[in-house]
Amino acid sequence: MIRFGNISWRFLSVWRRNLIVYRRIWKVNFFVPLLEPAFYIIAFGLGFQQLVSNLSYGGQALTYTRFMAPALIGISIMYNSFFETTYNSFVRMYYQKTFDGMMATPLSLEEIILAEIVWSATKAAAAASIMLLVLGLFGFVVFPLGLLVVPLAFLGGLAFGSIGMFFTGITPSIDMFNLPIFLFITPMFLFSGTFFPVSGLPGWAQSAALAFPLYHLVELTRFACLGLVETNPLISLSYLALFTLCFLSLGLITMRRRLIK
Amino acid sequence: MNPSSETAPAPIIQVEHLSKRFNDLIAVDNISFEVRAGECFGLLGPNGAGKTSAIRMLYGFAPMSAGSLRIFGLDIATEWRRIRARIGVCQQDNTLDPDLTVLQNLLVFATYFGIPKPLARQRAEELLHFFALEKKITAKVGELSGGLTRRLTLARALINDPELIILDEPTTGLDPQSRHQLWDRLQHLRARGKTFVLTTHYMEEAAQLCDRLVIMDHGKILIQGDPIGLIREQVGTSIIEVDGADPELEQFLVAGKIEYDRTGERWIIYNNGDGAIEQAIRTTFHPQQCTFRSAGLEDVFLRLTGRELRE
Repeated sequence: MIRFGNISWRFLSVWRRNLIVYRRIWKVNFFVPLLEPAFYIIAFGLGFQQLVSNLSYGGQALTYTRFMAPALIGISIMYNSFFETTYNSFVRMYYQKTFDGMMATPLSLEEIILAEIVWSATKAAAAASIMLLVLGLFGFVVFPLGLLVVPLAFLGGLAFGSIGMFFTGITPSIDMFNLPIFLFITPMFLFSGTFFPVSGLPGWAQSAALAFPLYHLVELTRFACLGLVETNPLISLSYLALFTLCFLSLGLITMRRRLIK
Repeated sequence: MNPSSETAPAPIIQVEHLSKRFNDLIAVDNISFEVRAGECFGLLGPNGAGKTSAIRMLYGFAPMSAGSLRIFGLDIATEWRRIRARIGVCQQDNTLDPDLTVLQNLLVFATYFGIPKPLARQRAEELLHFFALEKKITAKVGELSGGLTRRLTLARALINDPELIILDEPTTGLDPQSRHQLWDRLQHLRARGKTFVLTTHYMEEAAQLCDRLVIMDHGKILIQGDPIGLIREQVGTSIIEVDGADPELEQFLVAGKIEYDRTGERWIIYNNGDGAIEQAIRTTFHPQQCTFRSAGLEDVFLRLTGRELRE
């Protein structure tokens, strides 16, 4: 079970440790979110947009790039946080034995795991902020509403960071992360209303998409960037919050089971 | 209350009937011991004897299966955070942070203890000096040699100025120079009144550093005492090692009620300073090779845990 008594603000020291490491290579860390949206916008804008006509979302006609741009942020939030708590946390836990060292100090395992997840959300929020800036320069974001993307990215980062930590808690080896990526991340990347509206899918697939956290995150980033909605943002917000709570708990439980023997 | 118990300092570590089970395996089987303030206490034993399992319970990394464990008079099960704030642990694996530099390793580790920045900086500088690491402060951990890595690990374990230092095989894999240097540093720390618990495979290390020690095997404590006392009591003062002697030697030893062990063609005879036995072997049993030497801790260890290979 979860040991809530083991959680204190001390977890911030682990969060700061990750920040220090991140700052050492901040240029590389900033480069990707800076250029990635530009690549996508240019590729889809130049190569693809002419093929797509009369796209409408939330009852309003949109160009394809305008429709897709907010989804790029959602996808980036997912990738940043999920990869942080899977591959990166696994390396720290298993290969570098960083957690073992921390557990010789007054830190609890719960604080270490919580810090890793909160850190992954921070990293996602940083990437999303840079993308927001770039896409804003392209004219794809309505300000000031668009600034909502930053807290949304943090929430989305918590959600995907938590489920990533859950997979780290149960994976036998680092190679096995291919499985959740192939079965969970990739379908979400494609079918969450990211590159085409979910309304274009058959009925059963539409309902399936509703279960995807990325669908809700993209709904929310699209709302923040464009001010348009097809569903109730409060439902999406509640879904993400619930998803986070559920997998944060599972992440804490599976990591305790894995590391405390 | 009687006056002697009032003056005797309370033990730093009190272990009572401690056990650790992993499914079917009993790694630590009902051990009890005490470590007093300022003492260096050794946990010796072959691989798989349960030393590391015991050590891990000591700093609250692994939960106990049974028994009780108090450090500084506090219960590890409930007060682990307060206990860990006052101890330094040098783990067997290298757990230094490879993403950070030498100096950052110390400073970041200090934040896990909640040590204020100026104090952490001051201590880090002192420790880098104490372990002769000043020239390496900007180096990455991966660039350090084995000896430097160990020194940094020990430096990091001291960042909270601990009262108790737990060392799990601190010199395994080091060259003799690095090992002697590390011993020298440990002796300095001992002189400052720190309490130590250490595990080791090196009997020379244990004999040199430990005031008292236990020898463990199969999760149990076989014996405990001070190194010199244990040697006297278990194997006597001297030993004769004989290779390829006449088979009658065995009868001679049995008849004379002289204690010995045999592995293959070699006899290990515990003659306890008896020159007559020495003389008899030399003249009567035609050994190919014969060594007379004083007894050491390694003899105690091998005598108690057997000479066969493990695993």
